[in-house]
Amino acid sequence: MATHRVPLVLLACGSFNPITNQHMRLFELARDHMHSTGQYRVVGGIISPVSDVYGKQGLVLARHRIAMAKLALQSSNWVTVDEWESQQPDWTETVVTMRYHYGCILKEYEQSTGTHTGPGGNTVPLSSPSPQVKLLCGADFLQTFRIPGLWQDDHVEEVVGRFGLVCVSRGGLEPERAVHASDTLSRHRHNIFLVREWVRNETSATEVRRALRRDLSVKYLIPDAVIEYIHRHKLYTQDSERIHQDTVLRPLAKHAVKSLDD
Amino acid sequence: MDGQSRTKVVLLACGSFNPITNMHLRMFELARDHLEDTGHYRVVKGIISPVGDGYRKKGLIEACHRLEMARLSTENSDWITVDSWEGLQPEWVETAKVVRHHYAELLAAEKSNDDVDTVNYVKKRRIEESSQQTRKDGPQLLFLCGADVLESFGVPNLWKQEDIDEIVGHYGLVCITRSGSDPNKLIHKSDVLWKNRKNIHVVYEWVTNEISATHVRQSLRRGRSVRYLMPDNVVNYTQEHGLYSAESEQKNADVVLAPLQKYLGPSSS
Repeated sequence: MATHRVPLVLLACGSFNPITNQHMRLFELARDHMHSTGQYRVVGGIISPVSDVYGKQGLVLARHRIAMAKLALQSSNWVTVDEWESQQPDWTETVVTMRYHYGCILKEYEQSTGTHTGPGGNTVPLSSPSPQVKLLCGADFLQTFRIPGLWQDDHVEEVVGRFGLVCVSRGGLEPERAVHASDTLSRHRHNIFLVREWVRNETSATEVRRALRRDLSVKYLIPDAVIEYIHRHKLYTQDSERIHQDTVLRPLAKHAVKSLDD
Repeated sequence: MDGQSRTKVVLLACGSFNPITNMHLRMFELARDHLEDTGHYRVVKGIISPVGDGYRKKGLIEACHRLEMARLSTENSDWITVDSWEGLQPEWVETAKVVRHHYAELLAAEKSNDDVDTVNYVKKRRIEESSQQTRKDGPQLLFLCGADVLESFGVPNLWKQEDIDEIVGHYGLVCITRSGSDPNKLIHKSDVLWKNRKNIHVVYEWVTNEISATHVRQSLRRGRSVRYLMPDNVVNYTQEHGLYSAESEQKNADVVLAPLQKYLGPSSS
C-alpha cells in the first residue's frame, strides 16, 4: 500500500536574532500537526535567516545568526539552516526565497525518482506525490500582512495560494481573526494550517536580547551552545540594539516608489 | 566590601517534577537573577527535591525516573543540583521537614568548611560569624516555588498552619509569578503570609512561560513532540523508557493525596 502523503518541507524565514527554543518548537509542533492531518509527510525543515540588508533594528551580522542557528540545530535530525537568502546582494522577498527552495526540492525529487513531470505528464509513479514547501511562521507573522508597504499583494497571493502557510500560535484566536479579516487569506484558508499549542509562552528573541543586555540569564530559553557563542562574540549589547536605528526597513524602502501618492 | 556583606543563599524547590521542564529550570535562573540584583544576596546553590511516591498524586510516575530526569536536566548547570533524600523516603514527608533537613545540611557544610579551610579570610569570617550565630549573615535556605504553591496554602487540609508559618517565617520564600496568579494579592489575603511579607521575595516573570509538566505529559500521551520544552537528554529518556502514557496518568486515580489523608485521617497530628 503506497503512501500517498505529500512530502512536505517546512520553511521558516525570519531574523533569528537570535534563534530560540521557541523557533525550534515551531517546527516540532508543525510537523506533528501536518502528520496528523493524514495528508502530509514532513521530510525536512529549513531555517532561512534574513540578510543583513533587511535593516531591522538590532539585527546582528548574518554570519553570527547563521552560526548560532547551526549550533542550535546540532541535535536536530531534520531541520537545517540555509544561507542562500542571507547571501543575496539585496533583501529577498519571502516569495522569492520560497520559489528558490521549492525549485531545489523539486529538482532533488525529480532526480531521485527519475521522473520528469511535464505539464501534461501522465507518468505518475507509485511512490509519493510531488513535494511541497510551506511557509512556517508564528501568529505574529499573519499580522504583518496588514502593514502597509511591507507585502506586495501578488506575493501574498502566491505565498498562501500557491505554497501555503503553517502558522503556530499559543492560545488566543488572533490567527483565525487575521485570516477572517483578510480577503486574500480567507480565500486560501484551506491552505493555511493553524496549529495551536495550548501553553502561553511569550519567550521571544526580543525578550532574549533584552535579558542579555541586562546581564540576566537566558538559560533554558536558548540552547547552551548558543549562549556560549553569544558571550564569546559579545553579541547583544546596548550598542547592538541600536544597529539600523535610523534606517528604513528594506522592504518598505524598496516598495516606497509605489506608495508615493500623498 | 560588597562581596562579603552579601548573604549566602541556597534555593530549594520541592514538587512532583513529573517530569521536570525548562520552566522549572527557568524558575531557578529567574530567582537567582532577582536576588543577586538586590545586592544583598549571593545565590550559591539550587536544589531540586522531587517528592516521593508516597505523595500519591494522580499520574505521578516512579521517583527513580523523576529523579533521573531531573539529574539529566541539571547536567549542564554549574549550580543547580538534584537531591534524592525526599524522593527516596517510603512515606510522604512534609515540606517543612524537607526544608529543615536541607537547612541542617547547609549548616553542617558551612561548619565543616570553616573547620577544614585554613585560608585567612575564612578564619576571619568564622570569628565574625560565631559572634553573630543566629543573624541573617549566615547562609539562608529559601524555598523556591511558583505562585500556584502560594495559592495552595489556602487549600484546606493540604498544609499544616504551623508548617506554613515555619517555612515563611523562619526560612523565607521566593515566589515566581505565573499568569493568573498575583502573589502580592495572595499575600495580602493571608494573615500568616502578610505577617512574614518581608521574607517573601516575589519575582515577576515578565515573559510568561507556562510550559507545565501537565502539558508535557499530555503531549507525550498523544505522541506529540516535547522537544525544546525540556532538555534534549530528558526528552530522550522519556522516549527510551516509554514514560507517560494514558495508563501512567491513571496511577493513584482512586487514592487520596497523602497530606489530605494525613490531616483528615482519624488519628492526625
